[in-house]
Amino acid sequence: MSVALISVSDLEKTYVTRGRALIPALAGICLDIHAGEFVTIVGQSGCGKTTLLKILAGLIPCSSGTVSLRGRPVNGPSRDIGIVFQDPVLLPWRTVLHNVLLPAQVLRLEARASHARAMGLLRLVGLEGFEDKYPHELSGGMRQRVAIARALIHDPSLLLMDEPFGALDAMTREFMNLELLRIWQQSGKTIIFITHSIPEAVFLADRVVVLSARPGRVQEIVSVDLPRPRDLDIMASDEFGVYARKVRHLFDARAWLD
Amino acid sequence: MARDLWREFADDPTYFVRTRPQIVLIPAVFVLFIGLWEWVVRQWDVPAFIAPAPTAVTRSLVGGIRSGVYLEHFWVTLGEALAGFGIAAVTGVALGAIIAQSRLLERTVYPYLVALQTLPKIAIAPLIIVWAGFGLSSKVIIAALVAFFPVLVNVIVGLKTIDQSKLELMHSLRASRWQIFRLVTFPNALPFVFAGLDIAIVFSVLGAIVGEFVGAQRGLGNLILQFNVTLDIAGVFAVLILLAVLGIALHLIMQAIQRRVIFWAQPEDVIGA
Repeated sequence: MSVALISVSDLEKTYVTRGRALIPALAGICLDIHAGEFVTIVGQSGCGKTTLLKILAGLIPCSSGTVSLRGRPVNGPSRDIGIVFQDPVLLPWRTVLHNVLLPAQVLRLEARASHARAMGLLRLVGLEGFEDKYPHELSGGMRQRVAIARALIHDPSLLLMDEPFGALDAMTREFMNLELLRIWQQSGKTIIFITHSIPEAVFLADRVVVLSARPGRVQEIVSVDLPRPRDLDIMASDEFGVYARKVRHLFDARAWLD
Repeated sequence: MARDLWREFADDPTYFVRTRPQIVLIPAVFVLFIGLWEWVVRQWDVPAFIAPAPTAVTRSLVGGIRSGVYLEHFWVTLGEALAGFGIAAVTGVALGAIIAQSRLLERTVYPYLVALQTLPKIAIAPLIIVWAGFGLSSKVIIAALVAFFPVLVNVIVGLKTIDQSKLELMHSLRASRWQIFRLVTFPNALPFVFAGLDIAIVFSVLGAIVGEFVGAQRGLGNLILQFNVTLDIAGVFAVLILLAVLGIALHLIMQAIQRRVIFWAQPEDVIGA
């Protein structure tokens, strides 16, 4: 049993509105994620997925409970984490290469090494030759790939992704899923990936964490024992259908209980 | 942009003109208007001090330029405007950056800024002349005063208009306040800054002229007053044309600089902008 890379225990998050009303976003989340895993978190809109991700990232504090990264409590953003949002958030005045180099610049990493890393990462995400292009010259999928390269430049062990392909069309999305699995396999990172697409969640993951509706609780964690490397054809297989159905039923059941 | 238009024209001139009739119509209107004006003046013997004929204006313009008189005053006004603009731009950006750092400071200072901005600065031009004399410096001060506020206000707005996701990105990297300002907030504000500078450059010419109206020995504004007194209205019109040229030229230069610096924020397909 490998030691958990990130460990969440009894996590709760409650928002206080201006009228002093309490809005529970997350309740009693317990989760262990191991190094090298690909975990997807799936849930309906508003169930607290993004809140959970932001807490894991150290961007917002939790109301109670603990989050540990490599055994140490998370109390702020960490250099060991890379984040990809749904919006690539590229700086339009910088070239692709300099966008990828942004974290290296902020963290004051060594310039020449970072430059070499950046070029390597652009090759990894399939954007070789685009270093000097500007964001407005790229398609949505390409911009998101730049964002992925940027999230990896400072060599974090953990990659947090919040519905990164949500704004892309269906075919590009499928392609990006394949690309992401390739990048994951080649880089050996741990990935936590948020989505509200059940097929995407099952296709990508080693384990699928199903969050209930607000306040988000871990309803169940489904282990996906499909062989790797996976291609899109696997989505037509019976085993895939079983997993997808299982996850989907967790939603339907929950909807009735509410 | 212009190169693409030229290529389009060279490919098929007739089609180009047919789909863009304004290319022909705009100069046509101008020629028609000037022609009509000339004819009206001649036909009804309109006195020269009311409406000089375009030919008279042209004569004055050409003569004045050839003799060097107009150009001498032109450089004076241009110099005053540019100096005032330079001061306004630097102080506007610097002060705007400082004010935008602190919410409290901004909220305290803002009412004063609004009050000073709405105060017609040209009303204190006579006061500036009293304080700074008839020389160039008083004009520069007035030009700077008039140009300062558009820059300041736009810088503040630009520095505040930063979208959350960019800030979140920097926060996730534990960036320092200075890093956030230098790498994200300030570049992001540049389109606003340039909008302010664009207004400011035209205002600085305005300020210089007003200063010259109130008290000057040289400059295009001063020239207009001289011509007014001698009822050389053709001369006045000639100077007005020079001023129009000055304003347009400065604006075009500003636009060209803007296009290079904030290359990412250009509107696409703006024809004839």
